[in-house]
Amino acid sequence: MTVAELSNHRAITEHISRPMEKAIYGVIYLVSALVLAMVVFFIGVILYRGLPHVTIPFLSTAPNPVDQTIGILPSIINTLYIIVAALLISVPIGVGGAIYLNEYATSKRFVRLIEFATETLSGVPSILYGVFGYMMFVLMFDLKVSLIAGTLTLAIMVLPIMIRTSQEALRSVPESYREGALGMGATKWYMVRTVLLPSSLMGILTGIILSIGRMVGESAALLLVAGGSAMYMPRGNLFQQFASSGSTLSVELYRYAASRGDNETAFGIAAVLIVIVISLNLMTRFLAGRLSKNE
Amino acid sequence: MESADSARERVDTIIGSRGSKTLIERVMNIVFIVCGFAAVVCVIAMTAYMITSGGPAIARIGVVPFLFGQVWNPTNSQFGIAPMILASIIATFSAILIALPVGVLVAVFLAKLVPKRFSGVLRQIIDLLAGIPSVVYGLLGVILIVPLIFKLQAALGLPTVGSLLAAIIILVIMILPTIISVSETSIRAVPQKYEDASLALGSTKLQSIIKVTVPAAKNGIVAGMVLGVGRAIGEAMAVMMVAGNAAIMPQLLGPVRLLTASIPIEWAYSSGLHREALYGIGLVLFIFIMLINITLNMLLKRSAD
Repeated sequence: MTVAELSNHRAITEHISRPMEKAIYGVIYLVSALVLAMVVFFIGVILYRGLPHVTIPFLSTAPNPVDQTIGILPSIINTLYIIVAALLISVPIGVGGAIYLNEYATSKRFVRLIEFATETLSGVPSILYGVFGYMMFVLMFDLKVSLIAGTLTLAIMVLPIMIRTSQEALRSVPESYREGALGMGATKWYMVRTVLLPSSLMGILTGIILSIGRMVGESAALLLVAGGSAMYMPRGNLFQQFASSGSTLSVELYRYAASRGDNETAFGIAAVLIVIVISLNLMTRFLAGRLSKNE
Repeated sequence: MESADSARERVDTIIGSRGSKTLIERVMNIVFIVCGFAAVVCVIAMTAYMITSGGPAIARIGVVPFLFGQVWNPTNSQFGIAPMILASIIATFSAILIALPVGVLVAVFLAKLVPKRFSGVLRQIIDLLAGIPSVVYGLLGVILIVPLIFKLQAALGLPTVGSLLAAIIILVIMILPTIISVSETSIRAVPQKYEDASLALGSTKLQSIIKVTVPAAKNGIVAGMVLGVGRAIGEAMAVMMVAGNAAIMPQLLGPVRLLTASIPIEWAYSSGLHREALYGIGLVLFIFIMLINITLNMLLKRSAD
């Protein structure tokens, strides 16, 4: 906006009467207070109704139909498996992609193409990731409805998060670091490995935490590609465990609430999820604090 | 160029032998290119799968009966998704209509009115809203919102079921953080001198915010709105838990099924043409999302220029 455009805003000098102004302030403060109170209320409700169910046996056993006890350990394990395995795929590819975009790419057209693809991926809703993952991994790669199919689907889903955060981290590394390393005779890869990656570690870590948050809450896609339920502990060796189906915490919550009508157990799982989400948020905040201190 | 070459000459004196170094350099170069294009490959694969699986299904059912048919009855091989498309569009736009003004007000509050000390903490609270998993929203909707609507329905003599209204309320809450955070960022990005100039002309702080700062942040706010549309139209689990899921023409207090909901609801027991019809729904959804993405991309490019 230029000065000329600004002066076109004749309205600036129009007089708003003071009571009107007070009313507008009132609306802004009221709406904001309501929204903030709503968040606090929601989290309060989840913790209040859920935490009493979160006991040691709830967290450390499988559901037992004979004793009629409910435990969520199998779905906790499934969640951990999928998150760790998906990160093993998406972190190197995401960081590598960001390094290409920021350090290696010479063609502007390629950069624009990749950035468009990344934005597209981040806009695709999780239910479509489910349909795509089903067709690609379950049917075409013949992986069946399994944890490994879920892992691969989620690895693609969090790829845009990893690329974006790593790119931001790389951008924040001062140009003089690169010039210093190259000027001392380091090759490009040596410079990337010893200078860029260590200096952008915190940013990459933030990306990992954001990815974990996305995966912990994921349900629609996993319902289609990893499916199953979590009634039993995963069996067999690691490979067999990944090849069998199983639900994560979020999918399990949906099953308890929607299919079995057991809202109490669902609240127990919701409380666990909320505690995880809050801890992840605190971690990103801590990392952001560290980052801004470094600068 | 010459200085770069001579820098490379000295490589072996500093770090090892030159031959293996250049090999590693070349390999890593290729590795990074592959990583970079992984996202592109994913998008191409996804587009190809969506079209090749959804396209034939829609062709077999017929484009017109599929998109404009009013009856969804898989056992009778009737696959009309018009009620779902309508329900999705109504739910999405009602949600945006409510969330946009609320979101912009909260963004103004966070960016301009709150003392700096508190804005960080308040922003964290809004971020938390974005981090809550959608199934948890669904559960909250089932416990908190649906019972209230049941009372309203009972008072009006309507059957007490999940409803479009419940879906809209859930969507408003779910897209609020997106709209707030994008709007707040773009309001903060407006140069302070605009506001200063307005103040110097004798307008009050509020006048400056409403008539100068917010209009200047318009592009970012519109981008946030489009982002919100994308999130709302793609949301499946939370709305599915509160909307009642009957594939009939939408009414505010009646049960509706959104486009996204059919896929998880019927996926497990569908086969043959029924499953293909679900692929068809996937394709329709994909086209919606791509249109939104392209719009967003253009908006962002425009605001960058």
